[in-house]
Amino acid sequence: MRIKSEVDFWSGVVFIVVGLAFAMGATEYRFGTSARPGPGYFPLGLGLLLAIVGIIELIGALGRERNDADRITSPIWRPMLVIVAAVLGAGFLLPRAGMLITLPLVIVLTCLATSDFKFREAFGLAAVLTLGSWLLFVVALELRIPVMPTKI
Amino acid sequence: MDLFSNLATGFGVALSLQNLAFALGGVFIGTLIGVLPGLGPVPAIAMLLPSIYTLDPTAALIMLAGVYYGAQYGGSTTAILINLPGESSSIVTAIDGYQMARKGRAGAALAAAGLGSFFAGCVGTLVLAAFAPALAGIAFAFGPAEYAALMLLGLIGAVVLASGSVSKAVGMVLLGLLLGQINTDPLSGVERFSFGIPELTDGLGFVAVAMGLFGFGEIIGNLNRPSESREVFTRDVKNLWPTGEDFRQAMPAVLRGTALGSLLGVLPGGGAILASFVSYTLEKRVSKTPERFGHGAIEGVAGPESANNAAAQTSFIPMLTLGIPPNPVMALMIGAMVVMGITPGPKVMVENPDLFWGLIASMWIGNLMLIILNLPFIGIWVKLLTVPYRFLFPSIVCFCVIGLYTLSNNNFDIYLAGVFAIIGFLFIKLRCEAGPLLLGMVLGPMLEENLRRTLLVARGDWSVLLTRPISGTLIALSVVMLVSALLPAIRKRRDNAFRD
Repeated sequence: MRIKSEVDFWSGVVFIVVGLAFAMGATEYRFGTSARPGPGYFPLGLGLLLAIVGIIELIGALGRERNDADRITSPIWRPMLVIVAAVLGAGFLLPRAGMLITLPLVIVLTCLATSDFKFREAFGLAAVLTLGSWLLFVVALELRIPVMPTKI
Repeated sequence: MDLFSNLATGFGVALSLQNLAFALGGVFIGTLIGVLPGLGPVPAIAMLLPSIYTLDPTAALIMLAGVYYGAQYGGSTTAILINLPGESSSIVTAIDGYQMARKGRAGAALAAAGLGSFFAGCVGTLVLAAFAPALAGIAFAFGPAEYAALMLLGLIGAVVLASGSVSKAVGMVLLGLLLGQINTDPLSGVERFSFGIPELTDGLGFVAVAMGLFGFGEIIGNLNRPSESREVFTRDVKNLWPTGEDFRQAMPAVLRGTALGSLLGVLPGGGAILASFVSYTLEKRVSKTPERFGHGAIEGVAGPESANNAAAQTSFIPMLTLGIPPNPVMALMIGAMVVMGITPGPKVMVENPDLFWGLIASMWIGNLMLIILNLPFIGIWVKLLTVPYRFLFPSIVCFCVIGLYTLSNNNFDIYLAGVFAIIGFLFIKLRCEAGPLLLGMVLGPMLEENLRRTLLVARGDWSVLLTRPISGTLIALSVVMLVSALLPAIRKRRDNAFRD
């Protein structure tokens, strides 16, 4: 037996792992009985069900001939790393440094996600978006977003 | 007649200057975010939420509703002109709409989408006005078993109607239900799967999850595709009026799409996205010339666009009458109502008739505004599309981050969205659709609570779900749907096996 469909195989693996993890975690909580289901009743059942679906998916992905259309192409890492770093960075900085510092940094970083990135454009965009966000969200909508760095 | 006097009340409310202004604001924002690829109604409404709590509830809901159905109009423009779904319910519109644009018929495609949406929106609103009171009446007879069965039907509906493999969709729904288990158990007060993180005891914020999966995840996915293949047809937008031949072909599609959308919108788990997919499949199947599909068939634009707009209107029915969110947007609306002191459910209509009928009447007015906003003023939106994607995605990231922060004035949701961006990209790579997951997450806690109440009352006897007439019917319906979905899948797999 070989893997016929890579996408289906790995989807199955993900389902099995996550399902079992939840089911195992659920054993920490009282299961109860069907008449008085406890907090662990549903997570355990759902987790096992997901693992079963994963097994079905995985078995269905096995076969003799390899299906090339279902191969997982290797991702381009740059956009993912950059976008995730920008979002997590924004989460860290926003409450500490305020939006007037955070947004330009985050926007310039986000712009790096593509290779057709130009410094002048990124800085221009950062300036426009930061000013626009401040006007729209802080001045017009009066949302409570930290604007300036908080004093330590 | 009752309906007319109610609608008269509604129009009285909706036509006040303040509510007209909010309706216009809502549909304008809706069109804008619909046109912008990668920014859907969920993040937009999430961003608006904190600023509307101080408003009059009727005005606030009129605006939020406008954002939702406005996005259905705007999404088609992007789909047709640049082959990117501006909004996830326009994914199928891109298939034939873009091909029409390549043949220089962008105007006709836009007009078919706009006029179809307008017709569907009007019908959908009427359906809402006519059936919501009746359903609210039935809802008073609903116990936990019926609610649980209805949600089960919705989840299975989402599985059946999802594109792609059934087993993956089942897995994604279960995954969503499990993510919904991260919370404080409503019945026993036990904190589950919180790992000592206080923010997790209220459950995963589904706005953060949605923005991570659909907002950031999609951006990463888009950037993984070569950008040269995208051609923008913005200069060809003239001759908006379709030809007689177009009308003849599009009209039946619009009618079918409207009927389908109105029906699927009511189903929990239905809503605009599924309606558009099913409509496209249906049009292709009933067409005498299915080979035209994928090469610029106007039915492939008119049908799904009508369906998604009709569904956008009728998906308010379960929300307003049962308090069940059929999709994430409605879950946000329910959240907004609760904060403003209105308990969603069958009592809304009795206790807040002004809000209920005002909202419905405003949808008709909003649709009228949208057709004006989207056809004569199409030029404005087209200009917006000439902005290259490398400017758009940083803007979307910027707005999403602000929206996430303002949700609860806490940066936890930003981190959460960052994590789900990775997960979303993984799903794209594994060709797992994230829609069913989100629905499972939204309905999960409610489903669990109702199922557990059912079991408590029935002393652990699962069969009550089958023996009570309403819930039994709903369960039977779900089983039929699931089996009918599995059969062709089995057949197809066999066919493939034979071909190998």
